[in-house]
Amino acid sequence: MSAQPCRLARGGRIDRSRALSFEFDGRSYAGFAGDTLASALLANGVHLIGRSFKYHRPRGIYTAGLEEPNALVSLRRGGRHEPNVAATTVELFDGLEARSQNSWPALDFDLMRVIDRVSRVFASGFYYKTFMGPTRGAWMFYEKFIRRATGFGTPPLERDPDRYEKGHAFCDVLVVGGGASGLAAALAAGRSGARVVLVEDGADLGGSLLSRPTGGDTDAWLRTVVGELRRLPNVRLMTRTTVFGAYDNLVFGLLERVGDHLPVPAPEQPRQRYWVLRARQVVLATGMLERPIVFGNNDLPGVMLASAGRSYVNRFAVIPGRKIVVFTNNDTAYAAALDLAASGIEVAVVDLRSAVSAELQHDARHAGIALHPGCAVARANGGMHVRSVEVCTFDSAQATIGDAKLRLPCDLLLVSGGWTPTLQLLGQRGAKPVYDEKRAMFVAAEIPRGYRVTGSATGEPGLRLRVASGLKQGSTAAQACGFAVSPDAESVGATFHDERIMTDITPVAAIPDPPDAGYRKKFVDFQHDVGFDDIALALREGYESIEHLKRYTTLGMALDQGKTSSVNALAIAARMLGRPINELGTTTFRPPYRPIAIGALAGPETGLHFKPIRRSPMHELHARNGAVFTTAGFWLRPWYYPKPGESPRDAYIREADAVRKAVGMVDVSSLGKIDVQGPDAAEFLNRVYTNGFDTLVIGKARYGVMLRPDGIVADDGTTSRLSENHYFMTTTTVGAGKVMTFLEYLLQTAWPELRVQLTSVTSQWAAIAVAGPRGRDLVAALVRDVDFENAAFPFMGVRHGHVGAIPVRLLRVSFSGEMAYELYTPAGFGEALWQALSDAGQPFGLVVYGVEALGALRIEKGHVAGAEIEGRTTLADMGLARMASKKKEYIGSALSRREGLIDGNRQQLVGLEAASSAVALRAGAILCEPGRHQGHGIGFVSSVTYSPALGRHIAMGFVAGGMSREGTVIDAVFPLRGEVTAVRVRSPHFVDPEGVRLNA
Amino acid sequence: MLRITCPFCGERDQVEFAYGGDAASVFPDLADADLDRWTDAVFMRDNPRGDHREFWQHQHGCRQWLYVVRDTVTHEIKSTLPAREPRRAAATHEGRKG
Repeated sequence: MSAQPCRLARGGRIDRSRALSFEFDGRSYAGFAGDTLASALLANGVHLIGRSFKYHRPRGIYTAGLEEPNALVSLRRGGRHEPNVAATTVELFDGLEARSQNSWPALDFDLMRVIDRVSRVFASGFYYKTFMGPTRGAWMFYEKFIRRATGFGTPPLERDPDRYEKGHAFCDVLVVGGGASGLAAALAAGRSGARVVLVEDGADLGGSLLSRPTGGDTDAWLRTVVGELRRLPNVRLMTRTTVFGAYDNLVFGLLERVGDHLPVPAPEQPRQRYWVLRARQVVLATGMLERPIVFGNNDLPGVMLASAGRSYVNRFAVIPGRKIVVFTNNDTAYAAALDLAASGIEVAVVDLRSAVSAELQHDARHAGIALHPGCAVARANGGMHVRSVEVCTFDSAQATIGDAKLRLPCDLLLVSGGWTPTLQLLGQRGAKPVYDEKRAMFVAAEIPRGYRVTGSATGEPGLRLRVASGLKQGSTAAQACGFAVSPDAESVGATFHDERIMTDITPVAAIPDPPDAGYRKKFVDFQHDVGFDDIALALREGYESIEHLKRYTTLGMALDQGKTSSVNALAIAARMLGRPINELGTTTFRPPYRPIAIGALAGPETGLHFKPIRRSPMHELHARNGAVFTTAGFWLRPWYYPKPGESPRDAYIREADAVRKAVGMVDVSSLGKIDVQGPDAAEFLNRVYTNGFDTLVIGKARYGVMLRPDGIVADDGTTSRLSENHYFMTTTTVGAGKVMTFLEYLLQTAWPELRVQLTSVTSQWAAIAVAGPRGRDLVAALVRDVDFENAAFPFMGVRHGHVGAIPVRLLRVSFSGEMAYELYTPAGFGEALWQALSDAGQPFGLVVYGVEALGALRIEKGHVAGAEIEGRTTLADMGLARMASKKKEYIGSALSRREGLIDGNRQQLVGLEAASSAVALRAGAILCEPGRHQGHGIGFVSSVTYSPALGRHIAMGFVAGGMSREGTVIDAVFPLRGEVTAVRVRSPHFVDPEGVRLNA
Repeated sequence: MLRITCPFCGERDQVEFAYGGDAASVFPDLADADLDRWTDAVFMRDNPRGDHREFWQHQHGCRQWLYVVRDTVTHEIKSTLPAREPRRAAATHEGRKG
């Protein structure tokens, strides 16, 4: 660890009692609490931070804030590795590890720099021009080299170990920005009793006041105001938080960086928290950002914004150079020049304007600053760092460059090209700012309802006026929420002397090349390496619309979203086109205002929490019985129950086989269940099912199919009539939610006259299907109060009985084609009923089976399920034409008669069996005429299983011509794996087509 | 993000609701099996600039369907009613598609 050679002996807002150690590119350095990574690096004399995106040019620290285009680093290691973080926004902590990006093999010796030498080849449109058309194939070859040569940091490869949270917040007045005007607005609003949230991006409140010399009267003002705000219980101060998005109805997206300033988040704390905040009024006190001036080599390390220079010397007590040139086109840079000169550093000012105010000339002379009015820095010189600047005379009226005047040696060049109010949040609401020629800045024009703008964001330079405006806007925002504001609400108990208000500017964005200087790159967008020449090229090629210019050059499209480059680009394009800036307009503003980690937006909704998980009432029993689970919609269902050493395939085949030979039971609790009651229930069911339900008698169930209004099959299930006006509907597991919503829609929007009440009872009932030739023996042995004689309780019958004290509703229905019952019991009895069946089942050879065996059994019977009811198929496609009642109309009946849906050439359901018992079939395979494996084929395979009964793989699928192909052999083609399997078309009713078993 | 005032539950966030389609198009009577009228009702939609009548369901609340007038330019919710009411009351002037 070394001393900090560029740290002033005293001053700054750092905590010198807390020395911190950190690493950059493997070397140890020292800093202080209160430093940013950037200020600590500068204190150690480190200016070279990274290599640029495209040309691998050396880049340093350009700003002191979140607008930083150059100093991007990677932080931390392993799962906490985080690329592309602006060093200017990183709060230093002990043990921080940072690394430079996009350099190879090393930051100070980057072989990729060769790209810079041949960079004319890589102008805007390089990829389009080089890799489209006949040479397109070359992209495949070159892509991996190009991807390695260009870009930002690398993504982490390990799982992020930290937690991210989401929160919802509400307030009356949201104040965005914790600078002077934002604090004033929060104070005035807070004093009225309104619930106020003040959001500040940085760790400290004060905004630009923090960049002023320490010990001034603004420090006392800041202490007074922040102290009072902290005492107000109705004011919440959220620091380290960014308002990144402004949405409809005064809803805002906030990102709170809870643990980013710590090595790891504090115990029980998330790394970051994403807030959705709803406000009734909002005050934007978002400040403004300084702009660069574009000239040759303006990206060299050692070139930075004047405001950044001022911030480093005053806030961090860092002298970023020993010999400083300040290059400006306006008054404001003099504040930085004077503060640096006061620290005893040699400062020269190159001012584009020939007429500099007498006061500033006097101040400069008094501070020992050499002033060069009417001059421009035409270019910076240096290899890895600025060593000198070429100064030429400049005619600011014509914006033309004159003769080379002198070469000024320097190791820091501060630049100020004017200011840009931060109005992105207004822009996100569609309120585009307009360009004020006189002030050379975009200012707010139309202000959306509920919004107010105050402070520097309005373009106001004077602190006193900014504070007054903040107080006023805070008061009126509180009043708009209905709070009374007392007459003294806008007075603060501390005062300050205003700095001299400096507003004069000659708006020149780019300096022309001096006649004798030779070619040097002039960068507009540092982060995407977009230069002055790229803008010229794009305009020459006709990309004159600002949106086209942006996309063709990628200007403003990097992580910084053009915060320092957009306005300069507009000014340059406007000048080249000879049109006013306002005619060009601005590009569209979209959230987020600054980069947001995807992890923060996902919050806790990852992995198992990505979507809700629904479990059957018997879930724990299944888990204890060794079930392997699979998902069906939101549900976790037993997939199969492997015996020790048994493969998944062997397990489901054993389970399915046992159902055909003895008896099995399966948990079907996930089926959707809807209780339908009311005098018009029969009429309602008659309208929503394709088949008739008005004839269903009490004590019987009926299989029903529903269509969507467009005539396509929506869902199926059985519905039982329990009493005169009471029905019990079941749906598929996956379709339950959609069916319920659609039925409610019909009742409330289309048929409000029907007296029907629907209640979802899916979670209220546990359900078990018992199936197999010995199914009746088992159920009859266990259930009392029911006559199980075939005639007394026939197929599709519904009865009520008891297992011990457990009430059971029995439906004699079958999905497997075996003699089967579905037993429904209130969810709390589910485990007890399952256990009772399990205990009683041993003598009957009972097996438990999962959804894989369930699928095998239903495919053997040709019963359609989700793979067939897949949103494109009609009743006739699935061989269910008989389900379409001709005696009535129902939802979907009219459009089911559309030409396209009754076309005889539609693909229709068939059964398929592998021609050889030795091969497997695959769902999703394309069905083709033998040997003609082209295009979409003639159909596809929807469901596949091994059939224990047939001793080979069988499938269901859809094929043009349907059952007219019965007996023929076609090819099932699976190009992804290069498989071709011969399959024979046959009836999908593979097992017991007459239904002898289930009626037995 | 929208804030929708459910006539049954009060003002709630958009995340509690599900959009349920254009409320200007309503199903014809089932007995009316006219293909064109059903095609209009199921497939044809206006895309107005300004007021748009639409159905929303308070899916994670009372599950009632609502009839909402929303401005497609400003996203302002102009009014909310139980979905049953306009259908009952205004079969007359809502039937502009017919």
